[in-house]
Amino acid sequence: MGFEKFLFYLFAAIALFASVMVITRRNPVHAALYLVLTFVSTAALWLLIEAEFLGIVLVLVYVGAVMVLFLFVVMMLDIDIAAMRAQFIRYLPLGLVVTGLLVVNLFLVLGSNHFGLELFAKPVGQPADYNNTAELGMQLYTTYLYPFEIAAVILLVAIIAAIRLTLRRRLDTKYQDSAQQVRVRKGADRVRLVEMPSELPQPAEYSIKTNGGESNA
Amino acid sequence: MPFESASLIAVLPELVLLITACVVLIADLYLRDDQRGLNHTLTILGLGAALGAIGLVSEPGATLAFSASFVRDPLSDVLKGVILVVNLLLFVYSREYMRERKLWVGEYHALILFATLGMLIMVSANSFLTLYLGLELLALCLYALVAFDRESTVGAEAAMKYFVLGALGSGLLLYGISMLYGASGGFGFAEVAEQVIADGMSNKVLTLGMVFVLIGVAFKFGAVPFHTWMPDVYQGAPTPIVLLISSAPKVAAFAMAVRILIQALGGLQPDWGQILIILAVLSMALGNVVAVAQTNIKRMLAYSTIAHVGFIFLGLLAGTQEGYAAAMFYTIIYALMSAGAFGVLAMLSTQGADVQELTDIKGLNDRDSWLAAMMALMMFSMAGVPPAVGFIAKLLVLDAVVSIGLTWLAVVAVAFSIIGAFYYLRVVKMIYFDQPTTELPLAISGDARVAISINGMAILLLGFFPATLLSLCENVFY
Repeated sequence: MGFEKFLFYLFAAIALFASVMVITRRNPVHAALYLVLTFVSTAALWLLIEAEFLGIVLVLVYVGAVMVLFLFVVMMLDIDIAAMRAQFIRYLPLGLVVTGLLVVNLFLVLGSNHFGLELFAKPVGQPADYNNTAELGMQLYTTYLYPFEIAAVILLVAIIAAIRLTLRRRLDTKYQDSAQQVRVRKGADRVRLVEMPSELPQPAEYSIKTNGGESNA
Repeated sequence: MPFESASLIAVLPELVLLITACVVLIADLYLRDDQRGLNHTLTILGLGAALGAIGLVSEPGATLAFSASFVRDPLSDVLKGVILVVNLLLFVYSREYMRERKLWVGEYHALILFATLGMLIMVSANSFLTLYLGLELLALCLYALVAFDRESTVGAEAAMKYFVLGALGSGLLLYGISMLYGASGGFGFAEVAEQVIADGMSNKVLTLGMVFVLIGVAFKFGAVPFHTWMPDVYQGAPTPIVLLISSAPKVAAFAMAVRILIQALGGLQPDWGQILIILAVLSMALGNVVAVAQTNIKRMLAYSTIAHVGFIFLGLLAGTQEGYAAAMFYTIIYALMSAGAFGVLAMLSTQGADVQELTDIKGLNDRDSWLAAMMALMMFSMAGVPPAVGFIAKLLVLDAVVSIGLTWLAVVAVAFSIIGAFYYLRVVKMIYFDQPTTELPLAISGDARVAISINGMAILLLGFFPATLLSLCENVFY
């Protein structure tokens, strides 16, 4: 119990530290890397509450796929940090007031007097052979089938929207059509034989007068 | 709970829409540019079939499906019908506009169909999870549609603002939902409602969750002070997309308000009623006063939307069946009026013209008197001038507010309506008494003309005979 508590506070502290670093770093690549650290420590927290599948998926999908893609994008963009900072300082006082009020409010409501251990008993742990993934799949495909299907439609819309907003047909693009390449036949399609009269050696001064040798017969 | 195939019957309208959207998406791959009309036909047929499906599965009482994450009841039947009809009008109005700008592509139909699907899902949601997913489906389509014209920089800017603020609104809503979940241990509206009845106002977690959820609702409606996205989006987006944003999603937002505030948090009505009073007064004040100063007609109609949202909130905050029915009636009528007004603007924006400024509609009567009459009718209705139905809608809402003893609120609403009447009537004056600034001929297709006539006649006839629609709205809440 003691060790688990220690792990919780350790990973929670890392997650908090890393998320503060995400929004304060000057270099967007550093910010993205700190975000990775936030995700990893959050995944560890999930493992602690026995949500193993979610923890692993967080690392695989978010850290492995989404953040890597995000890093690529960040490296390609040229972001003017100074201009963003000026805005940030300008609205900082107002933001601090709102944040302060919100934090006090949330602390009063979400603190231990409403969500303390005496109100919510500690959940009993599952046995070692409990299959988190199977249970989750069971819930997804029965009780939550309808929301699950809607999520699928949302992903479809995301694809359509992204393609619509970014795909541009450029006339000057050079590309290979592999279907056409495969269809090429031996002989006529590959080699073109051109009949041409043999070249005669030209006198040097003549070639200079006519400015090149195009009109020679 | 295992899957029951009977659930599929209840979601028939949604299924029809989903299939139509996918069919359009695939058919578009094989169509040449001159065959794009088929997309349009498929879409219209799909929307019509979905309307038929609503009639088919409609029955008195409520049907739950998919482990109670979906509900079909009289409220969802009526509101789904309205959403589909408004979107049918949208497709007819927008055809020439989009075709002329080379935006007449399959994605346009597919995205709007998916947005419609999202609205239907919201209307039929019976748990916070379904509601949120429907909302996101709708919002995602709308963000993309606002930026649909890739050449337009104002469009991209509007989409960016909409996206950032929309994400903030969704975040606040989710935060509220998580608190309601923490307090009640369930996502279903029924579970939350039970907890509210058991704990009432004493449970501070429920109350704070309600505040956050209410902010989410106000954001989707565009009530002051969560309205800042509306003027820019209305100005920057293509006119048919503004038509879409200003009409049917308001109906879906109304369903969201009913499901969350009345069905799930009905026990906290005294609490959220107070907040709605503030939002309603601010919306009516800011919407009507700022609209007077606008020179861009789309921006002006954005502020007019904000003012109308204030009126819808008046009906909701009354907390009586009468008030809810009045708010529902107002929402439906507003969707029809807004569709008509933006429909006229979309029809005028052809032949290279793009109606943006108020002066662009000067002398419309000389150019096309029937279209001018329809636009004037919409403006009269929005201003609340009898016999157009806008008057009845305003009257019902005010009546509901007066009957709970908030006469001062009704007086405030009337005062701001009178200010609002100024800018609506200014549009009518420009249409009839000013000289046209352009001699461009208007080429309006026959089907669009028929659609705007039906839309206008509906506004006029509902003003004379509101009883049918009103009794539909009352049936839902009594």
